[in-house]
Amino acid sequence: MPVRSAGARMERTAMSTFDNPFDSERPLSRPGCVCGRHRSQAEHEYEAQLQLHCAGVERIESEEKRYEGVVASAVMRAVFPKDRARRAFLKSVGASTALAALSQLFPLKTASEVFAQGGALEKKDLKVGFIPITCATPIIMAHPMGFYSKHGLNVEVIKTAGWAVIRDKTLNKEYDAAHMLSPMPLAITLGAGSNPIPYTMPAVENINGQAITLAVKHKDKNDPKLWKGFKFAVPFDYSMHNYLLRYYVAEAGLDPDTDIQIRAVPPPEMVANLRADNIDGFLGPDPFNQRAVYDGVGFIHILSKELWEGHPCCAFAASKEFVTTMPNTYAALLKSIIDATAFAHKAENRKQIAAAIAPANYLNQPETVLEQILTGTYADGLGNVKRDPNRIDFDPFPWQSFAIWILTQMKRWGQIKGNVDYKAVAEQVYLATDTGKLMKEVGLEPPSTRSKNFKVMGKEFDPAKPDDYLRSFAIKRV
Amino acid sequence: MALTWRAALVSLLLFGSFIAVWHLATMGSGPAANMDPEYAKLVGATASQGKSAMPGPAEVGLKIWQHLKEPFYDRGSNDKGLGIQLAYSIARVMTGYLIAVAVAIPIGFLIGMSPLMSRALDPFIQVLKPISPLAWMPLALYTIKDSSLSSIFVIFICSLWPMLINTAFGVAAVRKEWLNVARTLEVGVFRRAFTIILPAAAPTILTGMRISIGIAWLVIVAAEMLVGGTGIGYFVWNEWNNLSITNVITAILVIGIVGMVLDQILARATKLVTFPE
Repeated sequence: MPVRSAGARMERTAMSTFDNPFDSERPLSRPGCVCGRHRSQAEHEYEAQLQLHCAGVERIESEEKRYEGVVASAVMRAVFPKDRARRAFLKSVGASTALAALSQLFPLKTASEVFAQGGALEKKDLKVGFIPITCATPIIMAHPMGFYSKHGLNVEVIKTAGWAVIRDKTLNKEYDAAHMLSPMPLAITLGAGSNPIPYTMPAVENINGQAITLAVKHKDKNDPKLWKGFKFAVPFDYSMHNYLLRYYVAEAGLDPDTDIQIRAVPPPEMVANLRADNIDGFLGPDPFNQRAVYDGVGFIHILSKELWEGHPCCAFAASKEFVTTMPNTYAALLKSIIDATAFAHKAENRKQIAAAIAPANYLNQPETVLEQILTGTYADGLGNVKRDPNRIDFDPFPWQSFAIWILTQMKRWGQIKGNVDYKAVAEQVYLATDTGKLMKEVGLEPPSTRSKNFKVMGKEFDPAKPDDYLRSFAIKRV
Repeated sequence: MALTWRAALVSLLLFGSFIAVWHLATMGSGPAANMDPEYAKLVGATASQGKSAMPGPAEVGLKIWQHLKEPFYDRGSNDKGLGIQLAYSIARVMTGYLIAVAVAIPIGFLIGMSPLMSRALDPFIQVLKPISPLAWMPLALYTIKDSSLSSIFVIFICSLWPMLINTAFGVAAVRKEWLNVARTLEVGVFRRAFTIILPAAAPTILTGMRISIGIAWLVIVAAEMLVGGTGIGYFVWNEWNNLSITNVITAILVIGIVGMVLDQILARATKLVTFPE
């Protein structure tokens, strides 16, 4: 915007595109932002949002209001090329009359809608359910750190009592989308454990981030071969935890259905059960592994990333109905989550994330426990301080090969029976293409393929040959 | 000394000894030896200093005081003050309870006044009565598909039975002489019900209501723990998630006190309608 009136240079406070065009005290001409370090106010505000210390203080007003202001300011500039004339006009008739007069000449509302990019959001007030574990970090942190509001959404993140409840509340539409375990969208689509309803998993919340924790009294039984007769807990039957635990003990030669007992226990009760001696160990999500160490009840035997580096854990899931009937809202929501995930991926941001999600409204855990988990410098319960920065990591891309691996394991343990079209189900549920597209929109580089080979405990998995993989195991239920 | 004073003294002594025993039991076992200081910083007080995992009376007292100072704070949808949580729970209880009153008393009257209906409905009542509220919850969630309505339904179905049975009993036990007088005076059914049977059965009905409110309050805490959202049961679950036993104990005390208040309200109401025989 060229500087028009001489009066602008004499003003002490300069305005920008985003300032109120109906303010008679300020000129509309100076470009740049209020702090002077950015090319435009938009850049300044974006920077401010990325830095935590600004996020709590300045609630950026809704996108719509901002766009309306921009359009109004452009119109005012056109009507009053000389800023002094604009200010005189405003002083004489007042801001509201000026707005009314302007609206007669020029339809401000319509112009704002056209200016707002990405199509109008069908629904701005959303409810997203989460379970208070560190796996849901991107979903949770997007609330205090402003990622949802950045994309124009007013999201309420609601803490939920358990996986079954989160599944029920998402199925009966009390939540628009939810934090789920990676196998859950697959199970719901296939109708295992609930009515078959098509679900989608456009983004993986976190990779790694779990651990096998044993009770302190088993300090000397640090080898899975010695675990015959032990009782283990996992959060849910359809969970990576269940499959990883079974895989791990099967590799050590134990049959997970006959040689050990596995039961589903809600994560917070895992630590209490460990203390009360009801279980000997658990493969569970953080923060409860670290919490067991913090409370002196257990020690960390092995991190899940040592079983399978980069395994998916929790997912962000939405029903297919939500995706197809409200595509713009879905895109905005997914973009917020992908943005948050990318932010969480960087090691330098982890400490501030731990501080943001520790309060009672979110995870309700001591901040030091979360810091240890997110930064990877932690106490292991046996007197050592370990350093593993990738203890938990965040990568949103839902590899379809993950889905195929999960399906092979579900078949291996008899959770689904009969022939399964692995590729078709994986493609239907893990929306790799959608996510790749949105990752590009927020400036990330998505992978070029949707499937890849990976190793679980040293054994290679080829997603093109799922049945061979299934047949290669000694211990299985098929 | 008068009986009230003596009773109060004994209560105080019992309370005092309970607190003393509690304090001794949670005093902790002293610091763990040979712990690397960097490690000690990363673990909590229990692991590094042998502090007892169970909180002592001083901690709980402090926590209660903190909650009482700020009962109505609201820091987000998952973190609200104790007062707000209680308000939500009480609202749900009242809704479920009043619906139960509206259903139980008329049906109780029907059963009490008609031996036929009494025999006919008896098997259903006997089978449905002992079912635990938590067993109703999954069915309610599945059919009603809304978690708050499901919790209200569960309260309704569980507080129904004591009121129903007590009303039926009270109605059936009205003195035969009075009913005979009514028959002599050719009093109509409804007038008989409202002017003779209701006042006569009122103490029994209110006793049933008093039992029901206790059950309803019990049920809401359990229902909220399962379903989440807002409410004192949810508060207990949220603090359990954080393994904050102090807050859980605070919540338990508050639940007990509110239950007592509700019970006392109905006890007063019962006194109002009791009559000397």
